[in-house]
Amino acid sequence: MTSSDTVAFRLINPYRILVKGTILFIVINFMFAAVHIPYGKLSLYNIILPGRERFPFAEEVPEKIYSLTITDLDSMFSSHIIASPKSKDEYRVVLVGDSSVWGASLRPEETLAGQLDTADLKACDGREVHVYNLAYPRNSITKDVLILSEAMRYKPDLIVWITTLGSLTPDRRLDHPIVQSNPTRLYELSRKYNLQFDFSTINFYHSSFMNRTVIGYRRDIFDWARLQLYGVLWAATGIDQVYRNSFKVYSLPKLVADVSFLDWQPPTFNPQLLSLDVLEAGMKVARNTPVILVNEPILIITGQKNSNVRYDMSYPRWVYDQYRQVMDEESGKNNWQYVDLWDLVPSAEFWGDTDLHLIPAGEARFAERLIPYIQSASCP
Amino acid sequence: MTLTYILIFTAVALFLGLVTRNRWRVYFLMGVSALAVYLLQPALPIRSLDFWFSTLTLLLTVLSWILTTPSDKLRERNNLVALAILFGIVIFADLTRYLGLGWTLSATLPPKVEVLAVFLVFAGLLLVVIAYFKRLSPATFLVSGIVLLIGIFLVLKIPSLATATSGLIRYALGRPSANAAATDLRWLGFSYIAFRLLHTIRDRQTGRLPVAALPEFVTYVILFPALTAGPIDRIEHFVQDLRRPISLSAEDLSVAGKRLMVGLFKKFVLADSLALIALNNINAVQTRTAGWMWVLLYAFTFQIFFDFSGYTDIAIGIGWFLGFRLPENFANPYLKPNLTQFWNSWHITLTQWFRSYFFNPLTRFLRSVKHPLPVPVIILLTQISTMILIGLWHGVTWNFILWGSWHGIGLFVQNRWSGFVRPLTEKLEERHALKMFFAAISTFITFQYVTLGWVWFALPSPGLSWQVLLKLLGIVR
Repeated sequence: MTSSDTVAFRLINPYRILVKGTILFIVINFMFAAVHIPYGKLSLYNIILPGRERFPFAEEVPEKIYSLTITDLDSMFSSHIIASPKSKDEYRVVLVGDSSVWGASLRPEETLAGQLDTADLKACDGREVHVYNLAYPRNSITKDVLILSEAMRYKPDLIVWITTLGSLTPDRRLDHPIVQSNPTRLYELSRKYNLQFDFSTINFYHSSFMNRTVIGYRRDIFDWARLQLYGVLWAATGIDQVYRNSFKVYSLPKLVADVSFLDWQPPTFNPQLLSLDVLEAGMKVARNTPVILVNEPILIITGQKNSNVRYDMSYPRWVYDQYRQVMDEESGKNNWQYVDLWDLVPSAEFWGDTDLHLIPAGEARFAERLIPYIQSASCP
Repeated sequence: MTLTYILIFTAVALFLGLVTRNRWRVYFLMGVSALAVYLLQPALPIRSLDFWFSTLTLLLTVLSWILTTPSDKLRERNNLVALAILFGIVIFADLTRYLGLGWTLSATLPPKVEVLAVFLVFAGLLLVVIAYFKRLSPATFLVSGIVLLIGIFLVLKIPSLATATSGLIRYALGRPSANAAATDLRWLGFSYIAFRLLHTIRDRQTGRLPVAALPEFVTYVILFPALTAGPIDRIEHFVQDLRRPISLSAEDLSVAGKRLMVGLFKKFVLADSLALIALNNINAVQTRTAGWMWVLLYAFTFQIFFDFSGYTDIAIGIGWFLGFRLPENFANPYLKPNLTQFWNSWHITLTQWFRSYFFNPLTRFLRSVKHPLPVPVIILLTQISTMILIGLWHGVTWNFILWGSWHGIGLFVQNRWSGFVRPLTEKLEERHALKMFFAAISTFITFQYVTLGWVWFALPSPGLSWQVLLKLLGIVR
């Protein structure tokens, strides 16, 4: 072997490449874990792609709806239209709530936020009212507060927080994918507002060093990358879930004579079982931004067997009535602006298999009722 | 081919490349490739059909070898050894049924041993009979081989025929024919296998085929890196590589490894990502504006390139580990200044195949007839018919015919245009900047033409494709 051969061999020695590649791989993983790169904040949305009008959530395969379920708050917000710059003449209203507000099976413009936004409202100072849908499916008041605390970075002028009894029950305190996926933020929330959470039910997956490496985050990074790619199809088609062109009239279910709720029995329940502490923390998170707390419309079944003891499949009358009373008292005591719209929407404007999802007409009715409150809040 | 299989094949290739340097190398290669035929064939809705397709691949290959090999060479020892190995592999693949689901070599449970035994007896008898009688009229048997391969190809590629055949198989198995679908007959790599076999038979007819031993022939047809997506090598080149003593240098490992990595990146990062947003029959209907339709079409344009060229890089990389220099299939096709050069650099081995076995013979024929047609007409006929056949190779549907026609017409127009502007281009030779400018414009126009052509390829129906084209051009909203 000549000396020039030796040089050539050194230049292309595959074993050296293998060793270097391995070292590079380890270093990149180590650095990723040590620095914790907030990749979720990086986004093509609102830069070259239009922001999504609601958080990405999928009940169908992503290939069909150009969206997928994302529970990382950074990725959720960076893909949302709210992450676009706020103009000076904008009066920013954010809606926080569950799947009913998110708009299951509704086009973005048919949702509560969409209908409020297209109402072309103006604040008293002449600013244009823009309404953002920051709801996310499945009830959980803790999930709402986590979203709310993140939403504050985007300078809302008004928060409309839509809740129901199901959001406040103890079983939903921590049982939500967003709560489970953001344990650090939950811990901060707990520390800051002295909230007592049972952290033994939380999986602190990324707390170990290995799980903070690129390898540990591979699934999250993969989902983040897919979210960016599906943004192209979202932009091209305006589709982010399966839309319905017609809604089957809700076939009222047969109510059973069960009066229990969770493991609660009539005639009363202990109000301390509700997550009112989390609700209160949410109000503190909002700081000086006005909040309208709304008890969302529920399906009310009347004139049927057992409808004297139950409102619907979810709620026995006694528990829901007492919940409304508790909320009324709690709002009065804390001086919250509370709007109880529980019976606003007739049963014909509900659809599907839940007691909460509204058809576009129901959302329109809901929006119409909220408009005066928003107008009023925008005129201090 | 999944990433897992690619990694397994890479390891196997490295092992074979580094360890097997004696005469057994070809048997190892043939054996591994035959096993890969079973391993890679995807599951099909009809019970055990995946096993049968793999077995038929081997049978057709051996049959073609018998047809193309001089009779006095058939019974040579190495050929009999190879036949015994193949026989053993088929039996082994079948016996894995006793390991239970999840451990079978084929995707679904192979047939019962007695069923396979009957099949093998008949297959063996068929091979013996053909080997014996082909002496009487070799030409007839070669033509029969071509007809058989094209017949199977048509059955698999024509959706109505494939559905009918699936229905027939289902009926024979006592299952409802109503569930039959064209996708029931997804025979892995058959398009490539058939074209390799047709090449050998045709070359035998013309006397250009080198004599290859059975293990060499089988390895050529089913070499595992090139099984699913080509390239379609020529047997004389392949056998030359196979017979060359292998010695993998560090440089070989480097080049092959780099090629493999590039291929993996192209396929599994770029192509698979672009696949999420590439134009398809669903998003074509849903897309609201021409601008976004172009984005989806460009995504398809690059997805198909990275997918295909990525697989080729993987095949070439793994082939290199094994000591083969598989032919290139892509050479920056989207950077070519005209359609002719595009087709000289896109799926090169397939284009060369059609050039060798259809375009050139047809052109020669049309020019040599007593009253030849005018040259432009000959060019038009040969180019359109060749491109339509290339389209049909992908599937016998109207859209592939239209895609082929699109390119055939494009090639004809480009041919005429090139002749028309030749004096001008000759003058440009001295003016470098202007030449570069026109080259850039030509490249852009060629790329756009190819991109628009993909609308026919990507979508399933002419009506939808036409709507998309109108939308792309802003004619309809």
